[in-house]
Amino acid sequence: MIADILVSGLVRSGVYAMLALGFGLVFGVGRILNLAHTAFYMLAAYAIFALVGGGLGMPLAALLATLAVAGIGLVLYKLFVEPVRELEATVLLSTLALAVLIQEVCHVLFTADLLFVPPAFPGYTSLAGVRVGHQEVATLVLAVLSLIGVRFVLARTRLGLAIRACAQDREVANLMGMNVNRVTAIVMALGFLLAALAGLAVAPLYPVEPRMWTHPLVIVLAAVVLGGLGSLKGSVIGAVILAFAEVLVVFLVPGGSYLRTAVALLIMVGVFLLRPEGLFGAGIPEER
Amino acid sequence: MFYLRYFVRYLRNEVFVLPSRSLALAFAVVLAVLPLLTQDAYVLRLVILTALFSLYAASWDLLAGYAGQISLGHALFFGTGAYTTALLSAHLRLPPYVTVPVGAVGATLAGLLVGVPCLRLRRHYLALATLAFPLMLIGLVFMFPGFSGGEGGIWRISRLASSRVQEYYLIVGIAGVLVVSLWKVGSSRLGLIFHAIREDEVAVRASGIDTVRYKLLAFALSGLAAGTAGALYAHFTRIAGPSNLDLFMSFQPIIWTIFGGAATIYGPVAGAFVLYPVLDLLQTVVPKYRMLLFALLILLILRFMPQGVAIWVREAIERACPSCRVRSAAWRKRCRACGAELQP
Repeated sequence: MIADILVSGLVRSGVYAMLALGFGLVFGVGRILNLAHTAFYMLAAYAIFALVGGGLGMPLAALLATLAVAGIGLVLYKLFVEPVRELEATVLLSTLALAVLIQEVCHVLFTADLLFVPPAFPGYTSLAGVRVGHQEVATLVLAVLSLIGVRFVLARTRLGLAIRACAQDREVANLMGMNVNRVTAIVMALGFLLAALAGLAVAPLYPVEPRMWTHPLVIVLAAVVLGGLGSLKGSVIGAVILAFAEVLVVFLVPGGSYLRTAVALLIMVGVFLLRPEGLFGAGIPEER
Repeated sequence: MFYLRYFVRYLRNEVFVLPSRSLALAFAVVLAVLPLLTQDAYVLRLVILTALFSLYAASWDLLAGYAGQISLGHALFFGTGAYTTALLSAHLRLPPYVTVPVGAVGATLAGLLVGVPCLRLRRHYLALATLAFPLMLIGLVFMFPGFSGGEGGIWRISRLASSRVQEYYLIVGIAGVLVVSLWKVGSSRLGLIFHAIREDEVAVRASGIDTVRYKLLAFALSGLAAGTAGALYAHFTRIAGPSNLDLFMSFQPIIWTIFGGAATIYGPVAGAFVLYPVLDLLQTVVPKYRMLLFALLILLILRFMPQGVAIWVREAIERACPSCRVRSAAWRKRCRACGAELQP
């Protein structure tokens, strides 16, 4: 039981952390509350379903799906979000409409049925009497690798420096000669890439269906603000906390799957009452 | 007789000089005489639902557009109004003229209850915290299916009136009065304070205004209007279910408002009256691609009219005078108030 909770919680943590990291990056640099973020995660899951069903091998399918999702995301961003980026409310509605658009495209192409993707790494290992599926391990490894990758890009490269500068102050970054719009577009692509990777990781684990984006969206929003907007470490930790809370509720409370969203959100509101700027929020000085 | 002449002069000098005001008047007149022209149950039902949603959207606009307290969980108010009404009507068999006001008061209290913990939160934090409340309430609804009807919702809510036309006048009348009063609030001193709070809360506090009180007032007024819409909706559709609280219900007023134009009150009304019938039309013409086309339409229109449709139209047919700020029709050469030259 405890081991099950641990494994399940770790896998969910990994998935939510990848999603929350991408979402947090996009928000930090572009000040875009991207409600379509998890729709791209769903798109990746569908893409991998279609490609594997079309007879491609898993590695090739994964690569193609990731690139395709990032490409589509970037095109949609350039077409519909970038031109209205200055108007906060309009961005909110545009990204929401994008999410619904993607959901409906998937619905029309694949119907609303639950689809199942065959696992890329079948089988399981017994670890101290607990069955741990290879697919779960692969998901976790993917999550850790992508977190380390993002960390490396942000901390050690010139691009990372530019991204951090833009997140800190767009105007000054612009004055220092950075192409702020291009940096934002790159960060959007990075966010879509992370969402696509998360989609790849869950496709073999959970059923794929056109409504699968709403629950992660709520959790990711909660995780990002729980950790504090603008703090990447915070959003990852927030994702881990909420993932474990969700798994605990589902395993321990009878009828808990109805309550899993409610409990995650209750934790978020509870943190807000104590710390209005989130756990690691920098307490961004009054934005003007 | 004097009042009649006064009224005619008022119409000529204040309403017909501006195309936007003439449009608003024409719209109100059409709504008022519609049941005389057609008794078609489908048309009346469509207009009633649209009127309810425009009230719901206008309430969001007061809170988010004017006061800047963006709420992603407005379904809390709508759903509280609907559920309170439904419980009273189905379990206690109370008549609608009791249940609807109680439902509205319930939603107002919900607005205050949510407002108090949210006072410390700013901008995006606030938006996401409000997102949480209706979803938590849904969890509770599912936990106690015996009391709340669970997944199926509450049935057997009494009708508002015996005939469809009576329902039409009752609902559209209440919605109209409330929308107009929201609009009056928006253009009053109170609305000015809401605008100021949205723009710069610190400056408002520095000028000696108790922002806490005004923010709570915005939550309460918005909850009152949204709760009334929810209560009437429950009586009209005769069912209150979890769909009144879900994520899409929270997003609906945002869609109508931003599509029409935020912080105007007439924007959300225009948005609802344009989009909801379109959605319904798509439902009957191409049910499979309904939401797909709907989302695409919103994306394209926002791409080219990012401020919202109502504001775009208003800018196209009217122009503000450069010296006295009074608005005149776009085809006039000179300002109607001070005679200054208008730029083409």
